[in-house]
Amino acid sequence: MANEPSFAQHLRSYITGYILSVVLTLAAFAAVLTIGRENKSVLLLVALLGIAQLVVQLKYFLNVTTQREYRDNLALVAFSTLILLIIVLGTVWIMGNLAVRMHATM
Amino acid sequence: MSATEHGWLGKLSWESLVFSNFLESPSINEAVASAAGSLVILASIAILGLLTWYRLWGPLWRDWLTSTDHKKIGIMYIVFAIVMLVRGLLEGMVMRAQQAAAPDGFLHADHFAQLFSTHGTIMVFFVAVPFLVGLINFAMPLQIGARDVAFPVLNQISLAVTVSSGILLMVSLVVGQFSTGGWSAYPPYTGGDFSPGVGPDYWIWAIVFSGAGTTLTGINFTVTVYKCRGPGMHLFRMPLFCWTVLCASILMIFAMPPLSVAALMLGLDRYLDFHFFTNDLGGNMMNYANLFWLFGHPEVYLLVLPAYGIFSEVFSTYSAKTLYGYKSLVIATMCIAILSFTVWLHHFFTMGQSPTINIAFGIATMLIAVPTGVKVYDWMATMYRGRIRFTTPMVYAIGFLILFVIGGLSGVILANPTVDFQVHNTLFLVAHFHNVLIPGVLFGILAGYNYWFPKAFGFRLNDKLGRLSAYLWFAGFMLTFFPLYVAGLLGMPRRSFTYADLTFKPYMIVAFIGAMVVLAALITLVVQFLVSIRDRHKTRVPVGDPWDGRSLEWASPAPVPAYNFVELPTVTDRDEFSEAKEHGRAYQRPKNYRDIELPKNNPLGFILCVTSGILMFALVWYIWWLALISALAILIAVIASTFRKETEYIIPASQLEKDTEAWLALVEKSEAVSRDLEDSPRNVGYSKLEL
Amino acid sequence: MNLSSSSKSPGSIGNAHEAAHRDPAVVIFGFWVFMMSDLIFFGVVFAIYITMVGATAGGPGPKELFDFGSLFAQTMLLLTSSLTVGIATVTMRHERSRASFLFWVVITLLLGIGFLTLELYDFSEMASKGGVPSRSGYLSAFFGLVPLHGLHVTFGCLWMLVLIAQVFTMGMGQVVKLRFLRLALFWHFLDLIWIGIFSIVYFGGWVYG
Repeated sequence: MANEPSFAQHLRSYITGYILSVVLTLAAFAAVLTIGRENKSVLLLVALLGIAQLVVQLKYFLNVTTQREYRDNLALVAFSTLILLIIVLGTVWIMGNLAVRMHATM
Repeated sequence: MSATEHGWLGKLSWESLVFSNFLESPSINEAVASAAGSLVILASIAILGLLTWYRLWGPLWRDWLTSTDHKKIGIMYIVFAIVMLVRGLLEGMVMRAQQAAAPDGFLHADHFAQLFSTHGTIMVFFVAVPFLVGLINFAMPLQIGARDVAFPVLNQISLAVTVSSGILLMVSLVVGQFSTGGWSAYPPYTGGDFSPGVGPDYWIWAIVFSGAGTTLTGINFTVTVYKCRGPGMHLFRMPLFCWTVLCASILMIFAMPPLSVAALMLGLDRYLDFHFFTNDLGGNMMNYANLFWLFGHPEVYLLVLPAYGIFSEVFSTYSAKTLYGYKSLVIATMCIAILSFTVWLHHFFTMGQSPTINIAFGIATMLIAVPTGVKVYDWMATMYRGRIRFTTPMVYAIGFLILFVIGGLSGVILANPTVDFQVHNTLFLVAHFHNVLIPGVLFGILAGYNYWFPKAFGFRLNDKLGRLSAYLWFAGFMLTFFPLYVAGLLGMPRRSFTYADLTFKPYMIVAFIGAMVVLAALITLVVQFLVSIRDRHKTRVPVGDPWDGRSLEWASPAPVPAYNFVELPTVTDRDEFSEAKEHGRAYQRPKNYRDIELPKNNPLGFILCVTSGILMFALVWYIWWLALISALAILIAVIASTFRKETEYIIPASQLEKDTEAWLALVEKSEAVSRDLEDSPRNVGYSKLEL
Repeated sequence: MNLSSSSKSPGSIGNAHEAAHRDPAVVIFGFWVFMMSDLIFFGVVFAIYITMVGATAGGPGPKELFDFGSLFAQTMLLLTSSLTVGIATVTMRHERSRASFLFWVVITLLLGIGFLTLELYDFSEMASKGGVPSRSGYLSAFFGLVPLHGLHVTFGCLWMLVLIAQVFTMGMGQVVKLRFLRLALFWHFLDLIWIGIFSIVYFGGWVYG
């Protein structure tokens, strides 16, 4: 806590995060409502916007950055993300494959 | 399904009591069930009676039930685990007897199914986990030079919900029937359509609550190891046990949620007519298998990693050598922890996914053998040219080394999907996992129990009986489970209460004889405990270092005072206490005495134990008003406890000075005893410097 | 997770006699670990939802049931509450007046309650169109996940009420401040989960369902 940011700097960080998040949310809603009905690949865009918003909120709201002071948290979040990806992607892979082989609608 | 269908006691009625069945239709099957139920009731009455007779309620409440001391919480965990171990073992014996007597067995299929369901559930969730958590609670903060775990009250809460879930399982012996769906409780069999009784509900709530306790424990231990180490205790100076604790705790944090989710979803299916795992309306029971083993595989390593840690301490201490390949052991532990998240599919190779997926997971499974092999070689190299003493923990460790490798190899065989298709669901699998869990985990906790007992209570356990028990365990284990490999290869399905093909019979009889040897081992353990208490005046080790220990837990008196260390030791090396003894830094007078602040006693844990127990019972029996009241009581108790202001008490410096001076005077007049004499009455816990 | 960190123990810096459970570094890190466990909990339920997107069993699906207007309003309420809880954190850390701190906490609480009200309204609308969990595997998965997040928000609101009471009874001491810091983390975390919910549950379900 050597150079604690001032009140205004602190507040600015939250407001920046908020504005960016609002923009990204609007973009996601707009994308789905305009082209989502016919084009399934819109989800790729939604995913990118969602990930961008996750990063924004982690940085500006939750202070997960590469600064030394917060590095423990960053390592923790990175490791958790790895486990999360293994679990979610593994599940979708296995159950999706099973659904295809059983001719089920997943 | 709805509340209106039942009276104010929910599904509960006179017929729910186990004895009513016996009175209506007496048979050996019902007699066994009633005997078990009576045993639970009589044992409870006996304990309550003894406590009252000896006026122990006050001390029990002050010193134990409300304590936030990690050492006492650890001991309570272990006492609980031992009680459950006895039940789990007896259930195993009854099953072996049934299969040996088959085809003319004495149990009904339903009763047999309850036995294997409770046996598995108890052994994994209420023996292995709490025993290890207890040992970790006791030893880990001492080893890293900490005053307590990071969150002492949370620790108490974890214990509370674990114990109340265990009590729920005991209650299921008397009231109603437990699940017949195995420890893994696969739907749709355990769903409302096929198991309309209360059995699976008992399973669900015991799992959900004890799972929550284990998750909280994992958080607590991770933070303790990560943030509460004493001065100078770098991560790479920690005893290996602490590394394995860290990795196991990470597994608790990340592997318990899938189990909780699976159990809760099964609960939603049963209670609120959801369709997660049902046969109809788009439910998918394969999702359950996937979720369960997302937890189940890391769970195996959650159990075995701390046991590896205990063995590492034991090998090093009783070989009087520093641990060989410390860094490789640390890296191997971390590799195993991460790999354990990538192999869960090998529990359901036969589900119907493509061979590509099976191969991927099969290879990942085989990879785990590599870091495990590294560990085995490191342990052997630790013993090489060491001055080995064959004490009880060391005997367990050597037995582990040999038997566990066999179990591990049978695991590599099973990791091959084509082989697995042949032996899936046979006794081969039962033999395999008992072959890793008994030598791996059970021997580990028994070694740890013998190793740390003098630290906890101030006197040694009888080593002769300890070794006898260990040898009986080896023999009993081999006789019981090696025949099952053969029976499995011959095609005998697991979980069968009877069989028509008499080819299996000889193997089942040998296995039953083995189970009797295991029973002898258990009895020897009890006798060892009682004899050790009788002889305690000859085996006291008040100075605190009976085994020429190498890590910090041996640097304080035995039993350890509430504050652990008068002055937190400044660590300069691995094997800190060995170094300290060698360089004359051990048993030093602190430069100055300062007050120590410790967490006060807190009744929250006990309150949560009672209320969560009532909540679970009410949920199982659909007694909604009681469930609501107990849930509110939990909420209010937790919120009220956050309003407590005075949460610490002070141990004054004068008290510390008095204690320490008395201890140092004792050290002064004690005879230093060589390692070879550690089993003689001369060993008062002051070991002679031998290089 | 400990691989890359420095090996010097942060917990050992400073007064060695300080109880660990009051050291801010320990307490906050502990809460992070809890949130990561909760993240996995959510992640598993998300995975189940993904595998059940098609399992409508002839019942109503996302196209019939979702109301994007209400979803947008909920998203904005929750996002704004994440900002206000952040402002409350800043006023607390910079020791501004207790009144301004409480003002922002109460605003957050109201936004949270607004979010929950809209969500419940949504659920009742879905139920009126036959979208109840007992109808299909898909709807079970939906009602296993979205209300789980709602329960977390409810718990957060309750926590806020308790903290407001504690500001008055215990004062703005270290204990209460640390509790609020954790609450703020929790609240931000719930907004992160909500990003997953509107992206995967609502948009993903709507596009693929």
